[in-house]
Amino acid sequence: MTEALSSLDQTSALVDPDERRGGTGTTRFVLSKIGGALASLALVVVLGFFLFRTLPGDPVRFMVRDRPTDAKMIAELRERMGVDKPLLQQFWDYVVALLQGDMGGSYLQQRPVADMIGERLWPTILLVGSATVLAIALGLWLGIRAGWRRGSRFDKVQTGLALTLWSVPQFWLGLILLVSTNGLFPSRGMHSPDVEPGFFSEGLDVLHHLVLPCVTLLVVFYAQYMLVMRSSLIGEMNSDYLTTARAKGLRDDLVRKRHAVPNALLPTVTLVFMQFGMVVSGAVSVEAVFSWPGLGQLLYEALRGPDLPVLQGVFVVLAGAVVLMNLLAELLYRVLDPRVRTA
Amino acid sequence: MVAVLAASAVATVPFVPVAAAQQQGKVLRVALTTGIDHLNPFTATLSAATQVGRFNYEFLTLPSAEDTQPTGGVAESWKTSDDKLTWTFTIRQGMKWSDGKPVTAQDPAYTFQRMLDDENARTANGSYVTNFASVSAPDDKTLVIKTKAPQSSMTSLDVPIVPKHIWEPIKDLNAPSTDEMAVVGVGSGPYLLTEYKKNEFVKFKANKDYWRGAPKVDELQLLQFKDAEAAVNALKQGEVDVINRLTPTQFDALKGEKNITTNKAPGRRYNEIILNFGVKNVADQPIGDGNPLLKDIRVRKAIAQAIDTQAIVDRVMSGYGQPGTGVVPAIYKAYTWSPGDAEKTKFDIGAANATLDQAGFAKGPDGIRVGPGGAKLEFRLAGHANRPFDQRTAQFVSGWLKDAGIGVKQELVSDDELNDRTTAGNYDLAISGYGTSPDPDYALSLNTCAARPNAEGNGGSSATFFCDPQFEDLYKKQLTEFDPAKRAEIVKQAQAVLANQYVDVVLDYDNVLEAYRSDKFASFAKQPQPDGAILEQTGYWGVYGATPADAAAASSEDGGSNTGLWIGIGAVVLVVLVGGGVLLGRRGKSADDRE
Repeated sequence: MTEALSSLDQTSALVDPDERRGGTGTTRFVLSKIGGALASLALVVVLGFFLFRTLPGDPVRFMVRDRPTDAKMIAELRERMGVDKPLLQQFWDYVVALLQGDMGGSYLQQRPVADMIGERLWPTILLVGSATVLAIALGLWLGIRAGWRRGSRFDKVQTGLALTLWSVPQFWLGLILLVSTNGLFPSRGMHSPDVEPGFFSEGLDVLHHLVLPCVTLLVVFYAQYMLVMRSSLIGEMNSDYLTTARAKGLRDDLVRKRHAVPNALLPTVTLVFMQFGMVVSGAVSVEAVFSWPGLGQLLYEALRGPDLPVLQGVFVVLAGAVVLMNLLAELLYRVLDPRVRTA
Repeated sequence: MVAVLAASAVATVPFVPVAAAQQQGKVLRVALTTGIDHLNPFTATLSAATQVGRFNYEFLTLPSAEDTQPTGGVAESWKTSDDKLTWTFTIRQGMKWSDGKPVTAQDPAYTFQRMLDDENARTANGSYVTNFASVSAPDDKTLVIKTKAPQSSMTSLDVPIVPKHIWEPIKDLNAPSTDEMAVVGVGSGPYLLTEYKKNEFVKFKANKDYWRGAPKVDELQLLQFKDAEAAVNALKQGEVDVINRLTPTQFDALKGEKNITTNKAPGRRYNEIILNFGVKNVADQPIGDGNPLLKDIRVRKAIAQAIDTQAIVDRVMSGYGQPGTGVVPAIYKAYTWSPGDAEKTKFDIGAANATLDQAGFAKGPDGIRVGPGGAKLEFRLAGHANRPFDQRTAQFVSGWLKDAGIGVKQELVSDDELNDRTTAGNYDLAISGYGTSPDPDYALSLNTCAARPNAEGNGGSSATFFCDPQFEDLYKKQLTEFDPAKRAEIVKQAQAVLANQYVDVVLDYDNVLEAYRSDKFASFAKQPQPDGAILEQTGYWGVYGATPADAAAASSEDGGSNTGLWIGIGAVVLVVLVGGGVLLGRRGKSADDRE
């Protein structure tokens, strides 16, 4: 966390002289950040392409695994998939197609990768998104309480609990929840085949399926928000402005709510955005346990292949999400914290 | 946390009636642990997707439930010309597509012709038609197929027959619309597709007009599970009714469970160790880097003598398999080779040592034998790194071979690397295996000269790189022999020839491990009968023959009270949590005030 902050300070220091000279500082700051993000994305695309090309195995042979084929059919497939061309030509074709939104076709399913990712994206956003929102709410609430009464029994119990849950393997926790709830919640997917059609009943059905995977993620996720919020609040607690506020005769809970918490929230903002960036990737094992039809599961299936175009596509989408969220965090931080702008 | 629990308590309520409805055994829910790529039968290649096509569409002919011999489907009867090159199928009258149109000879003719004309239509089952010369339907009752060479698989073409009037207007078989109900919803099989939620489930309704008679179950659901443990848990909790592909551990754990019946059946897969006897490509050029000592048949024989297939079954497979003999698994009784005492290579370390002594390999100081030329008898043993079977087998085999004075270097690698190595001939010993089909032609064809890779190292599908004139001769003979008993005899002879060259050691035939809810289903139609598999069949017999348990005997009360109990517990937990939260909040406040 401190590293993220110091790097932000450095960037702001770099752009500050411009800001003093003219009014273009903010624009230039935004443009340089966007440029950086685009450069990162380009790097991701290059890396994604060549990294996966180093994996052993012949994609054509993978496709025809366990099926009788002859040399003619294999040559036909090579040509259809474009793997008979030189690597650089393949890369060029890939980039040109990618710019048009075409991520190629899956070896295993022979469907467009973009479609496969598209249909898996929303379930993951629903699952990890709802778990993250709940984790933020729960984590901040507990973190504030624990930090404000540092050293109390509540603090010790909550911190211990959070540290324990944080280190629990998600996969294991999911299975334990599945077995111990004894069929109260569905164990697979996000839809049951027996539900009556209708917005309300289908919505409830999805909610019913969401409970176990969401709770599993929530239990593991909330800890870091709680711990960051707690330490950040503790860091603020000896500040002079709090003493001043108290000296003005403000009630203690008002001092906490109006003065300490807003300042202590800043580091948490970065964490929140970083987490949102990881949203799609954070659920591989939980999606596997609960057969949640999301992106994590797609990644898991593709890895078992390995289905290169799918792996590559998921890699670009995940890395793209992280880059985008980092960009947003940096921009938002400038808005939220005046010190970053004027220091 | 509280909010989630509250939501879940609300969400549980609407599901009680559904759970009660399922108790009556009118819905059969099958746990799928493999994926579905397409519903389109021309492009669906994953095994679960192939199964969907089997339920939804009738075949021309298919292997029977009783003994996997060809039986009628869309075709009522068939005959072949004397030269075995022309097949005439008589189409069953009175069959209907689910949209009411009659099934005629035009439909199978169209299905096969499309596979001949359209590259995409060959994606899934193309190998069945590569030998076709022509397909025609002279009238609505007759289908005539001419082949370029005799093809014994003509009575077990694993190709779903689709309705011509639905598929003919579709130009692009890769179009996403070919996976939609408007297209795949018109079928003729025992169960008709009604709903498909990608990556989640497939639903079928019973075909009331099915020519064999409507199934006893009204609805069939295939539910996808990514995690095998979660699927087993779902069976225990009654969320699914049948599950397959269990591990021995899962199978043993389910054995004692109330209301669950386990099914152990002979499987279609065999596991083997292949020996690099100096392999060559199809142009007879030597390839690969195999140890030349393995060219000596006495060395290969000693290796075969030193491998205890019974121990592999007992200790690696936990007893869930059968010791192997030939390349046709024991499930296909008619074609399995059961060697007599004289022919059989028995496990005997002493004999293996004697064989190597005679061959002039003397034991060195480290216990490893050294050949006349000074070369050490030491081999690499390749296998799949991620397969427990390979890991344990490699250990046992290494131990036995060491007892015979043969050193082993285990090299367990990724699937792809193993595939690359064995295709290129870069191995000494390798753990391998194949899933076979009811017709023995496939298992034998994997060991013919023509199955070897070409000069560029491509196009091969050989299991062993075997190429032997006697085997070739027998292979061709069985292809043109249409008397089942005579053909079986030839198939067995061919397996004996293969085994006697010691180019592979067939370790075992896997068992299929399945389990089902006996409180909801009384029985399933197994293939073969009476001890076969329920789900892993070539056909639809298992689910078509599912018989619900007597509704009165089903313990629906249990389920009801259980759900009630859990709602109760949920409510209590909710109250405790909300109460605790409020209390905690209050205590927090008062503490703040005190400060």
